[in-house]
Amino acid sequence: MAEIIQEEKAGGKKKAKKHAPHIDMTPMVDLMCLLITFFMLTTAFSKPKIMEIVLPEKQTDPNAEPPKIPGSRTLNIVLGPDNKIYWYPGVVKPEDYNSLPPLFETDFSASGVRKMLLERNRALFKKIDDFNNLVITGKLVISQDSVKGSIRQLKKDDDTGPIVLIKAYKKANYGNVVDILDEMNICGVAHYMLVDITWYEEKMVETATGIAPTPTPAKK
Amino acid sequence: MPKIKLPTKSPHVDMTPMVDLFSVVLTFMMLTATMRQTEPAPVDTPFSISEKNTPNFNTMTLLLSKDDRVYLNFDNGEDTTLKFRPKILAEMGKRYNIEFTEGELKEFEKYPTSMGVPILKMKEFLAIKDVKQRTVLETGIPIDSTDNQLADWILFTRQVNPNVQACIKGDSKTSYPLVKRVLDIMQEKNVKQFNLVTNLDAVKINLAEIQK
Repeated sequence: MAEIIQEEKAGGKKKAKKHAPHIDMTPMVDLMCLLITFFMLTTAFSKPKIMEIVLPEKQTDPNAEPPKIPGSRTLNIVLGPDNKIYWYPGVVKPEDYNSLPPLFETDFSASGVRKMLLERNRALFKKIDDFNNLVITGKLVISQDSVKGSIRQLKKDDDTGPIVLIKAYKKANYGNVVDILDEMNICGVAHYMLVDITWYEEKMVETATGIAPTPTPAKK
Repeated sequence: MPKIKLPTKSPHVDMTPMVDLFSVVLTFMMLTATMRQTEPAPVDTPFSISEKNTPNFNTMTLLLSKDDRVYLNFDNGEDTTLKFRPKILAEMGKRYNIEFTEGELKEFEKYPTSMGVPILKMKEFLAIKDVKQRTVLETGIPIDSTDNQLADWILFTRQVNPNVQACIKGDSKTSYPLVKRVLDIMQEKNVKQFNLVTNLDAVKINLAEIQK
């Protein structure tokens, strides 16, 4: 040290010290952290998606015949309270309300309602699956739009799968409705419809769950 | 005893790579960001496998909250160039004999999120600037059969903008009777096609796996 000073004195010339210009980056890092946090909190990362659903026209004519569907293919799904699903195949007529068929209970898990639906819809699901595989493996080269169109056509032509009637008991929630519609899409069910629950079905759910029955309107 | 003298030099970490990294992340975020919309009520939408994006305009979104209130929004927030929002409000005003001033219509045009105010309180609502006081007034749009303002809103929305699409954004815990009531009102007004707003939750099922 002492020598250097001496040298300087001796040289007389003041040499600017060669410093690497070292800027303190810490405040900049702080600022960036702050900005990133702000963006993280205000951005919506996943844009919400939409699921389309079409409801039938409101029946205003009381004398109009309801559309006829084969009872053997009908599958009734009733959304119950506590995220439970009840289902029964076939048709129940209001006349035989004294001997209502038992309800099968299931849930929203993969081994529950999905398995049940797939068992009934296997033929159509296999067709759709095979078609998708052909597209994915490149054996069939068509545009994305025609893929959708073809699947729609497959669904339209289907005459073996179930016709699912979805009904919701009053203690069900909106999430259940969306979940079951989603299940329909997953399993490729061709025909499904969201319909009103009938009073005898309400009764069936109430006996199945043990809820105190609501006063039912007089038999129609 | 000899003391061990530690070097007093402060450990100087080079922050430059960190700054670089942060810049990249920040730039990425700024480019991909879409601002999250604030909703008057917190809503957890259910999940589905649908991959279709929500349209940004020509929509009316019905927000169904957990506590059974209905909120309505057009064009997902502030108005587009076509300025539907003030027209719809003016029509609503005519229907309920309320005269909205130019300033109030402007305020409604700029209102960025869903609103759930009974039409009689709308003037008061638009006059308030404070967000917290505004939410007090938001008791949901009346849907009773005696005072069915939602039906009128839907009617005028569709009159003003015939291309409008109906979206329903409900909380998973919304009770079904409310959903049913809203769907019924829509059906009465001849809205038959709905979009249910959901979050993406990809499910892939394997046929072979299920056959086992």
